[in-house]
Amino acid sequence: MTFAGFARNAAYAFGENRLTLVSVVILAALVLCAIFGPLIAPYDPLMTDGTARLVPPSAAHPFGTDALGRDILSRVIVAARLDLGMAVIAALLSFAVGLALGAIAGYFGGWPDRIISRVMDTIMAFPLFVLAMGIVAALGNSVLNVIIATVVINLPFYCRFARAEVNVRREQGFVEAARMGGNGAMPVLVNHIVPNILPPMMVQVSLNMGWAILNAAGLSFIGLGVRPPTPEWGIMVSEGASFIISGEWWTFVFPGAALVLAVFCFNLLGDGLRDLLDPKRRV
Amino acid sequence: MKAPATPLLSIEDLSLVFRTRHGTVRALENVDLTVERGEIVGVVGESGSGKSVMAYAALGLQDAAAQVLGGRILFEGLDMLAAAPDVLAATRGREIAMIFQSPRTALNPIRKVGHQIADVLLEHTAVRRSDLRQRAIEALARVRIPDPERRYEAYPFELSGGMCQRVMIAMALACSPSLLIADEPTTGLDVTTQAVIMDLVREMSREARMSTLLITHDLGLAGEYCDRIAVMHAGHIVEVAPTVELLQRPAHPYTRQLLASTPTPRSSIDQLVSIPGQLPDLRSDLPACRFSARCERHVSACDERPLPWTVISPQHAVRCRVPL
Amino acid sequence: MHFFWKRLLGTIPSLIGVVLVTFVLSHALPGDPAAFFAGPAANAESIAEVRAKLGLDRSLPVQFFHYADDLRRGQLGNSLTTGQPVLNDLIERLPASLELTFFALLFAVAVAIPLGVWAATRPDSMVDHACRALVSIGAAFPTFFIGLLFVYLFYFLFDIAPQPLGRLNEIMYTAPPRITGAYTVDSILAGEWSVLRASLAQLVLPSVSLGMFALAPIARITRAAMLQALGSDFIRTARASGLPARKILFSYALRNAMLPVTNVLGMVFSFLLGGSVLIEQVYGWQGVGAYAVNAVISSDYAAVQGFVLAMALLYVLLNLVIDLIATAIDPRVRFES
Repeated sequence: MTFAGFARNAAYAFGENRLTLVSVVILAALVLCAIFGPLIAPYDPLMTDGTARLVPPSAAHPFGTDALGRDILSRVIVAARLDLGMAVIAALLSFAVGLALGAIAGYFGGWPDRIISRVMDTIMAFPLFVLAMGIVAALGNSVLNVIIATVVINLPFYCRFARAEVNVRREQGFVEAARMGGNGAMPVLVNHIVPNILPPMMVQVSLNMGWAILNAAGLSFIGLGVRPPTPEWGIMVSEGASFIISGEWWTFVFPGAALVLAVFCFNLLGDGLRDLLDPKRRV
Repeated sequence: MKAPATPLLSIEDLSLVFRTRHGTVRALENVDLTVERGEIVGVVGESGSGKSVMAYAALGLQDAAAQVLGGRILFEGLDMLAAAPDVLAATRGREIAMIFQSPRTALNPIRKVGHQIADVLLEHTAVRRSDLRQRAIEALARVRIPDPERRYEAYPFELSGGMCQRVMIAMALACSPSLLIADEPTTGLDVTTQAVIMDLVREMSREARMSTLLITHDLGLAGEYCDRIAVMHAGHIVEVAPTVELLQRPAHPYTRQLLASTPTPRSSIDQLVSIPGQLPDLRSDLPACRFSARCERHVSACDERPLPWTVISPQHAVRCRVPL
Repeated sequence: MHFFWKRLLGTIPSLIGVVLVTFVLSHALPGDPAAFFAGPAANAESIAEVRAKLGLDRSLPVQFFHYADDLRRGQLGNSLTTGQPVLNDLIERLPASLELTFFALLFAVAVAIPLGVWAATRPDSMVDHACRALVSIGAAFPTFFIGLLFVYLFYFLFDIAPQPLGRLNEIMYTAPPRITGAYTVDSILAGEWSVLRASLAQLVLPSVSLGMFALAPIARITRAAMLQALGSDFIRTARASGLPARKILFSYALRNAMLPVTNVLGMVFSFLLGGSVLIEQVYGWQGVGAYAVNAVISSDYAAVQGFVLAMALLYVLLNLVIDLIATAIDPRVRFES
């Protein structure tokens, strides 16, 4: 795709689909929160205040306060770093590992392909969230292990995708030409094939990011990984859940809404990117 | 161009456009065509010339984006463009049947071919359910499918392309229609199968005194099987004539070029001439004669509207001011 | 029938893989498992004794063989929290989870397929846009958040749902005599209609919240598959043959569109089985998910492992069922195998 063509497509995708543009703006705001969270937040997210427990949303506390009198807005803002961080690290790691494994399997075929594919099939033989629980239970309850579990359950998607893409391109003319030019397997793979499959893989990353956030937050919700009082959206929803039947809705709604917003925007961005790269596949 | 008796199908002054987001495509303009009873009429043109659009319109099956600007399509007095949906549905498959190119995808991939024929019989004939299977097998046998009882149980993927097209023909002929529309019925089949399928279509037409409208890009094929041929170019019918006359004395420059680019048993490859230029963009402003840009005989009078029909002989008309 | 056995045999590699993964995970437990099982008062000698008893001093293949053999005999160990054999705990709680998952799937399919079909028959209409909006929103809501929102709205605010505490209001009703373990089925078998009503009422919110997340993929794939089917050549043939619109839509287009839909059901079950853990947590549902969450929190690995194995086994079985359904729909699959 030429640059002009790409620009035209970009103009089309963003012009046609304002939602993609909106999602980019919101995601940028969330990333700012993740980076500068503690500076933006009006209060210290860990500071408790016995005199201001379960205060409904007000001018002083736009999102209200929780049972310990902590400012929910500040906690939601600061939590962005952990939530997005876990998801981004997990998605990038599984992207890198999945790309490497998938490229090897797709390019060489034979037994490396059989072994890698069999391992991926085995991961997919589990309900993925359940497998993630099992991994965290076995490795120990920590943020790092939540990330590892998220990497593992995301791996098959990237690996299979990369394998299929490499497989298609292996026989294409430009690869054939590079091979006949005397290039070895690795240079052909790294210099000629991988750059070509990166764009569709990035779409995959964006589409998977929302799912990675949901998984990590789900694990936190049931008490894995992050410990109180660390601000994190999943655990905040879980803490707020106890106050539903007494009507203190703000304790769980705002962190939950932050989660929804982040996932929604990543999904929209993924769809927008896919349209951009592959206008034909627009459904 | 007036036929003496009422023809079976008559397309009169049909103009049709597609409204798309990239502009209005003027797919058919002032198209006239008749099909007499028992006659095999060929419609020949390059892909994109509008011949399939016309065929679908004749079934009242035009695309949702299509808009008829004017004209009528009369089939036995029924206006196919104005008839109620249930009347149309009762006519399709029973009175007018259609076969398509790439027969393997034209059949439902997960339904036994016998059941697909039975579906049509059940819809259009008063057959008893207990006789349904037998009638479908008879339909298969009529197109000389070997071992029809076994083929009844087959799925399309178990049959060859030629066999699938036979099934399509069996399905089309199941209710003894008076008109068969064959849209590129041999495209995608190998050469020997092509001849077998076309022989079958001709034989069935003659046998049942059924009319056939053969849509094809292949002038050679049309020349071999049709009684009369209409040549289409960019949404216009540019010439209509009995087959022999058209092949021997083409009057439209486009027809002559088509003939020159059609391989015959006597021509060698280097004698074939490709047609210069390409079809005009049907979204742009079009001249009166849509062939003018590709035509070496173009004169200034060609740009005057309307473009008239020139009658060469009672059966032979050409839409050209400077016919050959 | 022989494709059935082929499919059944095809599950064996998955099962071996599943057992291998749990075996590897059990060896990844932090610290020395022998010391862990020997208890806090152990000395080097008693740890060695436990090690020998657990077979941890043998080679890995031998250990794996013993591990697999234990699993075959249903020896999943004892739960530290309940003190019961894990197998008994699971059997006790599994019906509750299955009931919940089944109703969630029922809800998702009953809403998503008609919605997808409807949207596909009217592209770019209001219905189509509504379908797409629901799909995007449904895919972005964490299951547990939907569950909590529903509790807040329908229990606290509108007061039309029963208390979100478990499978039955035990103060007003007694559970039906246990036959299958699923309250709805057991109450029908016992003819206790008021209990059936009460347990269905308890099921509505959890299964709808769980089904919401499965709704999105099913509706999206139904819509896309229907659009593709309706645009395909054989539908054109059916129209040209004058078949009635209903027949074209349902027995031609929808039946073909069900193939991609069954293929996505594997992913949907993965969501449902994972999501049920979260929903059980939200609604105090006494299923295996809630049991596993407690076990994970209290480092009760035997119980977690039993849960993971049970879920994986269930998932492999469900995938087998999906395969068989796909085979029933598509003759091509049948002939390939």
